[in-house]
Amino acid sequence: MRPLLSLLLAVTGACASAGGSARSSQAPAPAAPAATAAATTPERESAARPQYPSTYARHPNPPVLIRNATIMTATGHEIPNGSILLKDGRIVAVGAKVEAPADAVVVDGTGKYVTPGLIDDHSHLGVYAAPGTDAESDGNEATNPVTAEVWAEHSFWPQDPQIPLAIAGGITTIQALPGSANLIGGRSAILKLIPARTVQEMKFPGAHYGLKMACGENPKRVYGRKGGPATRMGNMAGYRAAFILAEGYRRRWDAWNKDHKGDPPERNLRLESLAEVLRGNMYVQNHCYRADEMAQMLDLAHEFGFKIRSFHHAVESYKIADLLAKEGTSVSVWADWWGFKEEAMDGIQQNAALNQQAGGRPLIHSDDPGGIQRLNQEAAKAMYAGQRSGIPITRDQALRWITVNPAWTIGLDSVVGTLEPGKMADVVVWSSDPFSVYSKAIQVYNDGWLVYDRNDPAHQPRTDFELGQVPAPGSDR
Amino acid sequence: MIALLLAQTIAITGGTVYPVSGPKLAAATVLIRDGRIVAVATNVPIPADATRIDAAGKWITPGLIDGAGQLGLVEINAVPGTRDASVQGDTIAAAFNVAEGINPASTLIPVTRIEGITTALAVPTGNLVSGQAVLIDLDGATIDQMLVKSPAGIVADLSESAKDDAGGSRAAVADRLRRVFRDALEYERRKTDFSRAQMQPLAASARDLEALLPLLHGRVPLIAYANRRSDIATALRLAKEFNVQLILAGAAEGWEIAAEIAAARVPVLVEPLNNIPSYDALGIRYENAAVLAKAGVKVALLEPDTHKSRNLRQQAGNAVSYGMTWDQALRAVTLSPAEIFGVADRYGSLEPGKVANVVVWSGDPFEFTTGVEHVLIRGKEIPLKSRQTELFERYKKLPPSY
Repeated sequence: MRPLLSLLLAVTGACASAGGSARSSQAPAPAAPAATAAATTPERESAARPQYPSTYARHPNPPVLIRNATIMTATGHEIPNGSILLKDGRIVAVGAKVEAPADAVVVDGTGKYVTPGLIDDHSHLGVYAAPGTDAESDGNEATNPVTAEVWAEHSFWPQDPQIPLAIAGGITTIQALPGSANLIGGRSAILKLIPARTVQEMKFPGAHYGLKMACGENPKRVYGRKGGPATRMGNMAGYRAAFILAEGYRRRWDAWNKDHKGDPPERNLRLESLAEVLRGNMYVQNHCYRADEMAQMLDLAHEFGFKIRSFHHAVESYKIADLLAKEGTSVSVWADWWGFKEEAMDGIQQNAALNQQAGGRPLIHSDDPGGIQRLNQEAAKAMYAGQRSGIPITRDQALRWITVNPAWTIGLDSVVGTLEPGKMADVVVWSSDPFSVYSKAIQVYNDGWLVYDRNDPAHQPRTDFELGQVPAPGSDR
Repeated sequence: MIALLLAQTIAITGGTVYPVSGPKLAAATVLIRDGRIVAVATNVPIPADATRIDAAGKWITPGLIDGAGQLGLVEINAVPGTRDASVQGDTIAAAFNVAEGINPASTLIPVTRIEGITTALAVPTGNLVSGQAVLIDLDGATIDQMLVKSPAGIVADLSESAKDDAGGSRAAVADRLRRVFRDALEYERRKTDFSRAQMQPLAASARDLEALLPLLHGRVPLIAYANRRSDIATALRLAKEFNVQLILAGAAEGWEIAAEIAAARVPVLVEPLNNIPSYDALGIRYENAAVLAKAGVKVALLEPDTHKSRNLRQQAGNAVSYGMTWDQALRAVTLSPAEIFGVADRYGSLEPGKVANVVVWSGDPFEFTTGVEHVLIRGKEIPLKSRQTELFERYKKLPPSY
């Protein structure tokens, strides 16, 4: 045990969430251009004050040992009849034989499977909350084609009754994104999927904000008769104009941050987000369907010197899988969605597999409150579709599509996404092989906290919304 | 006729056969001639001229039936020019039969059938009375060749989405339907007065009222979409009042009144994987299909999203996860929908005399590991090709060759 524990401490040092018992003091992702200014200037200016920090704190729990289960590590191998020990929010040990501390809760995993907590890098939970009326429609600030200034966390409703449903599907982390009406839709929120009163309590410490961008049909449909863009070339011109402004803004702030001489430049929230992309601190999460448009967006990124972290939906990514692998841009795809609009017509079931084959970094996302409850099933469909077509996708690769690959896309692959000592204790116990249609998550641990237990109503969180109007599982009304 | 001329004898041998109408048969043969099943047994003499399909180690079931969606009626949801499932300007569109809107060349048809769905309901949408749904086989060069039954039912909407067509209240929806049904019967009694313009204005056009008469005389079922428990109860009440043969669809809160639905002997079309609460169905849950089945309700499972019809088997697998037995789930995508749509004499099971819609699977049809090995529709083996398989073949090695 001791060597493992020291390894744990070494690994946690790499993530911003290392530290003692509570992690409430963690800073949010570097956000404002004044992040460096904060340390040296008096807090007179808003930019120097805290920018909507995370108040996330780990829920205290006893250690948990899950033993005699098939451990699917997402690091290249499965351990049959293995054990995993969780302690103080960390994975402490994974292996064929792990000894439990005296105070550990021991879970018999006979016949069960254990995976990392699943991660959905494309969700609209909380911003398009159930019950789905206009009152909860908070995902698209469709008032201007460029709204880099809006932050999804400021729309997010922690009482969305879709949240416990997703938790029961084994999801432990989401990227909640603004919608795709706009060329640049705003900042994403990277959240621990846990019951909480405020979104601040859910904000994943140390995560990189994403910037939602959208190609193709949606922006031109929404703005075609509202001043544009009305065409794909108009879309491109719109991104370029925005980033040209951001270049100047970044230059002014970076210069002022060097010596703080004179008045600081005037703050502009829109350009602040875009400047963070130019600095590499914020990750571009780009809704884009067609292969030719993805290639255009890569050129845009080259023009302004940033990276596109992931193409989302990317139904045609298999057509340029070689190009995407070379660029190091991940592809966030569905297993089999297609045909709901013209730019989705060429979706095929082998998309993820072909990207894997080309050396890329595919992952399965949901974009859907139903699909997020069965990412394991969607990954299974995509894996077997590949295998049946002669593409030798391994179980571990398919597991990575819903764990460490999305973790990478949101900049958290050193913190979550695999079952390794030192990683955050985000762990799912499955009733059987999670790639079977008959498998269900039976326990979900988030940072070591048993947030869901299918067999124990005491661990089946319900939102305020549900009380008195949505019947509890297993009950009548 | 063309089908008959091309017909041949096919023997699917050695597989485990799930006839649905009876217990599974190991190492059995399904013998097909002229588009029909002629034998399903372990000791079937195989004619010398038969084309053999070796199915050793495989699972054989009837083709799956999806009692929902708009196959043939929509190509691309976002392109209105490719949508033909809804008629505007008539909130009581009872005479609107979707059949002539079906596009036999739709790319969705091969995409769907090569995954084991061989028959689907093409359902009109919108309005208070949406129109007439038709049952189609997913093969045929013409609409006539595809049609299995037309109409298979007249669709009415008693869910939240119908309120606006009735003036804004659920009570008005029921009231409007009652007036329409009464006027249809009144119209039938007084056609002469109608032609002499000696009747008060009717609640719908004469042709829509005329189209409702088979429904009101019990020859065509009413497919009523309702989700809230109270709306389901309204549908049951209306059906009883007018002695209408009712099929409930959606029925998200059906589990809450499963006993009443069972007592009324009303079958239900359910999408298993639907649990997102809305004000139309706060009680929606995955266990709905299982609770209904357990109460004795005849259940058919749906994949209502047309482009995802092929995921009917995933729906069925999840219905098993949430409480149905595997046998119940298989029946709910084969024989039960055939019974519900009144075609069980020809469809839904592997029995002599039935239309040879047959699927050979590599294993459990509901499992993701399982692939489709052979699909036969009306005794004809379907090539396992679609626009999507062509795209894959083109791009499986990069760069592609055009």
